[in-house]
Amino acid sequence: MIERREAIAEILKDRPDNLLVISGLGSPTYDVAAAGDVAQNFYLWGAMGGAAAMGLGLALARPDARVLVITGDGEMLMGLGSLATLAAKAPANLAVLVIDNEAFGETGGQASHTGKTTNLAAVALACGFRQVATAHKQPDLAAVKQLVLEDTGPVFGVLKTGSDELERVLPERDGHIIRHTFKTALTNQQNGESK
Amino acid sequence: MRADPFAFAADDWRANIFAALKEQQVQQMAYVPDAGHASLINACHGDDGINCTVLTTEEEGVALLAGAELGGQRGVMLMQSSGVGNCVNMFSLLKSCGFPFVTLVTMRGEWGEFNPWQMPMGQATEETFRRSGFVVYRADTGEDAAAMTGSAMRLAYDSNCPVAVLLSQRLIGAKDF
Repeated sequence: MIERREAIAEILKDRPDNLLVISGLGSPTYDVAAAGDVAQNFYLWGAMGGAAAMGLGLALARPDARVLVITGDGEMLMGLGSLATLAAKAPANLAVLVIDNEAFGETGGQASHTGKTTNLAAVALACGFRQVATAHKQPDLAAVKQLVLEDTGPVFGVLKTGSDELERVLPERDGHIIRHTFKTALTNQQNGESK
Repeated sequence: MRADPFAFAADDWRANIFAALKEQQVQQMAYVPDAGHASLINACHGDDGINCTVLTTEEEGVALLAGAELGGQRGVMLMQSSGVGNCVNMFSLLKSCGFPFVTLVTMRGEWGEFNPWQMPMGQATEETFRRSGFVVYRADTGEDAAAMTGSAMRLAYDSNCPVAVLLSQRLIGAKDF
C-alpha cells in the first residue's frame, strides 16, 4: 500500500518549471497543497467530475507546459466519460494521476467502485490512453512518477493507497484568487521565457 | 473541382456566427453534436486556428473551456437545450472562479416540437441559465444570432461572465420525422 501524502510529495519534489497541476476536490487538493503551495497549482474545491476535462483544455491551450491532473477515485468516476474525450484528443503533454483509496474519503469513507469491480487504469487504456500504470507498493512509485511527468501523453497513473484520513492541509479556497494567482504565474513565466 | 465539405450553403446564417467567432479570436470549440449546429461544427473543424473537442456530455465542455481560459485561450461551447441540465453543478466552477464562458444553444421543446421528451428541458433552459448566473440572449433571426455571438464573446471575455445565446427553434426550424 502506498502512503498518499508521501507519494504525492515524492512525485512533486523538485518539480519542473513548466509543470501545471490541477487537483481534484477533497483530499487530492490537500495532498497537492501539502507537497508545496505554489502558484502553478490550480486547486479545485468543487466541480466534481471536471478535473480531467479542465486539464485537457489547459493542455491544448499550453502545449509548452506539462499538465498533470491529480484527483481521487470518486472524482474520476464522476467524470469517467471525460477519459474518452481526453484520449480522443490525445495531447502529448497531458497526464492524469488518480489517488485511489477505493473510498469516498470526504463523506465518511464509503466504499467506491474501484474497491469492487472497476479498474480505472484499464478503463483509461480501453479509452485509448497511450500508456497506463498502477503503483501498489512503494517500489512501483518511480515508474509512475516517470510516466506522469515525462512520458508522451496522454498517460494515466493510479496510486493504490490506504484510506486513512490525514490532517487536512487547506490552501486558498477563493476561486477568483486561485485563478488569478495561477494565470499571473503563467503570464510571468511566459514573459520571462521570451526575454 | 469538388465542393468544400466545410463550406456553408449560400443562405446559411451560421456563416455569420462563424465569422463572429473568428473575429473574437476563438481558439477552442467544444461540442455535443446537434443537427442545428452541424454546418458550424463542420466549419470549425475545417479551420486550423480552432481546436475542436467532441464531448461525451456537456458538463465536460464547461470544465474544458475553463482550463482553456486558464491557459489564455478563448472558447465556445455548442450544444442543444437538452444538454443544459447536464451542466448545472459544473456551472459553479464559472461562478466560483469568475471564468468567462460562452455557449450557443440550439433550442428544442418550444416551437412546433414533435418529441414530447424534449419539452421539459427545453422549457427550463432559459431559467436554468439565469439561475446559474448567466446573461441570456435569445435569437429569433440569423442576423441577431451573429450579432449576439459577437456581443456574448465581448461580455464574457471583457467583463468576466458566463453568457448563453439561445438559437430559437423557430429560427432553426422544427425537426421533421
